[in-house]
Amino acid sequence: MEFFFISMLNGLSYGLLLFMLSSGLTLIFSMMGVLNFAHASFYMIGAYIGYSLNSVLGFWVALFVAPILVGILGAGFERLCLRRVHKFGHVPELLVTFGLSYIVLEMAQLVWGRTAVEFAPPAALQGPAFTLIQNSLNGLSLVWGAAAPELCTAADAAVRVVCSPFPATRGFMMMVALMMMVGLWLLLKRTRVGLVIQAALTHPEAVEALGHNVPFVFMLVFGVGTGLAGLAGVIGGSTFVTEPAMAATVGSVIFVVVVVGGMGSLAGAFLASVLIGVVQTFAVAFDYSMLMLLQNLGVHASAAMQDNSLLKLTLSQVAPILPYLFLVLILIFRPKGLLGTRET
Amino acid sequence: MKFARNLIATAVLASAALSAFAQAGETVKIALIDPQSGLMGPLGLNQLKTFQFFGETLSKNNPAGVKFEVVGFDNKLSPAESLNALKAAMDQGIRYIAQGNGSSVAGALIDAVNKHNERNPGKEVLFLNYAAVDPDFTNSKCSYWHFRFDADTSMKMEALTTFMKDQPDVKKVYLFNQNYSHGQQVAKFAKENLSRKRPDIQIVGEELHPLAQVRDFAPYIAKIKASGADTVITGNWGSDLALLVKAANEGGYNGKFYTYYTGVTGTPTALGTGGAGRVYQIAYAHYNMGGQMDKWMAEFKKRYNDDMFTGSVIHVYNSLSEAMKKAKSTDPVKVAAALEGLKTNSFNGEVELRKTDHQIQQALYLTVWQKADKKYPYSPENTGMTLAPVKTFESYVSSTPTSCQMKRPG
Repeated sequence: MEFFFISMLNGLSYGLLLFMLSSGLTLIFSMMGVLNFAHASFYMIGAYIGYSLNSVLGFWVALFVAPILVGILGAGFERLCLRRVHKFGHVPELLVTFGLSYIVLEMAQLVWGRTAVEFAPPAALQGPAFTLIQNSLNGLSLVWGAAAPELCTAADAAVRVVCSPFPATRGFMMMVALMMMVGLWLLLKRTRVGLVIQAALTHPEAVEALGHNVPFVFMLVFGVGTGLAGLAGVIGGSTFVTEPAMAATVGSVIFVVVVVGGMGSLAGAFLASVLIGVVQTFAVAFDYSMLMLLQNLGVHASAAMQDNSLLKLTLSQVAPILPYLFLVLILIFRPKGLLGTRET
Repeated sequence: MKFARNLIATAVLASAALSAFAQAGETVKIALIDPQSGLMGPLGLNQLKTFQFFGETLSKNNPAGVKFEVVGFDNKLSPAESLNALKAAMDQGIRYIAQGNGSSVAGALIDAVNKHNERNPGKEVLFLNYAAVDPDFTNSKCSYWHFRFDADTSMKMEALTTFMKDQPDVKKVYLFNQNYSHGQQVAKFAKENLSRKRPDIQIVGEELHPLAQVRDFAPYIAKIKASGADTVITGNWGSDLALLVKAANEGGYNGKFYTYYTGVTGTPTALGTGGAGRVYQIAYAHYNMGGQMDKWMAEFKKRYNDDMFTGSVIHVYNSLSEAMKKAKSTDPVKVAAALEGLKTNSFNGEVELRKTDHQIQQALYLTVWQKADKKYPYSPENTGMTLAPVKTFESYVSSTPTSCQMKRPG
């Protein structure tokens, strides 16, 4: 049981990190009409800037300042590059973000080196947020922080006790993502600025005719979107690893999230990121293969079949492919995504 | 006339001296083809420094009197990139290739070197494998042009399981490895050896995860815990071990780890004081060897602020130099012949490059992660911890038979 809870929490926290990234991406997509290939690069920059600020000003300052800096960089990129390219159509826009992702990668490697940097979370976030204690007599219980050692050891050998601490960094990651989600929702649905943004995304000409500065709104959205990626970078970088390849590893997954969730749909992005996070985490836990399935169905497996490397593949081994499989299936059967509205 | 006679006499004398020590004073270039960027970058860079350090140190004084020069090539841990690097190295006229990180890469290099040497007589290159431990390289795929200076997986697992045999608390074992030749071999030999030596041990799980891809091992740790394993055997190295151990600490896994590469970049820091007494390593060296090794490690630390853990590099230089002296040449063909069956004295006693399969025969040490003390003072990555020796396996104990049918040229 504690395995289920811990895996669920692991999956949720990873999914929420993906959401922090993909929410910005999907907003920018609704605005530009093309995917921003450089989005994950802003995630990486956020991690690196966070790392640099962390060593000078401390983690909490870095957590606030780094996303703002990344947002300013993003807004600057929109103002100086994207806006000029916009009039040439979607393909040049796409190519410009594609080029940017390479420039950012090489620049980061020049500045911070080609290997991972040591970006440790602050002392307050080291150690467990809470500990699940599974006792075969008393059942499941929860202790905040680290559990005392006597709680985790059974005096009686017949009693099985398992303590599963949940790292505070992951709890923090979930908390920030949820706060961000609520904040974003309030901003878009409950404020005047949000109203203008929503209108500008779908009917830019009409909004402009009403006297609003639409290019400025676009710049703002781009800045906020990349800033959110920067925030995810500071948290993701300190929880996992800060290295040049971190953009490439999440980059492809967040495209999957945006496509599966439905292009331009925030709720869809949320659903898809949590889904992918949880599915990927749980897939790792299952050692079922095609061979076992066949045997359970009563098919007699010959020796050659038992040695077939394709049939022997377990679900845990194919876990990294699952998101992309999902992507292909969604594009075939429901091209607008789970909660998407537009047919593209 | 007199001047001319003198000149000829000098020339004759000089050439006589040269033929006696034909190799003396020559520069031997070694191409190191290893990852110097990416997740495994820190490890590869540490080993590049190790090669440079010993190249410099041993150039001052070695039996053959040659100068060693190391040229680093970044292969990004990819076999395809490694073949490009090999080509670049050969184009620069480098005739000695060294590589260690990843048996996937080593396998590709062996094939490429075999082909090159067959097609380009007079331009042969030698492959000095200092850490790729897939047993196939000295068995079914053995090559005359390949020499291995690390102990292979069959040897390490032999020693490791001999120790585990006498550990009554080992009951349920989880095999956790990287999904490529090396990891698969570790799992295979662990199963074979354990079923032979401790049939009562239950293998409760077996995992093969992608090499150098996983950033978050927490789901795997949850799985290991759920399996009820009290012991994990892993051949993981570099970031794959450091992040695994980090996730194990965070996830509250209390079982024992039997590893190959605990002392290697990143893992000591990830372990910290948490793993005391629970993490074992089997290797041909450890951090407290004493003697000249201690001085070298101190000097290395002073110079690079990093730890030296790749002692096989010393075997490489010592053996090369002895062989060059014996062959009176730096020509790889002659040196290869001299390397076969060569015995040298190294930091872990006498080592021998076995003639039948070019696998070095050497002593192995089982060490445990614990607090550094007066007896075992060296602390990797300034953790305050060290790897203290528990058991030594002399080379005849850890030696394993080979099925190699070596094809020799000529």
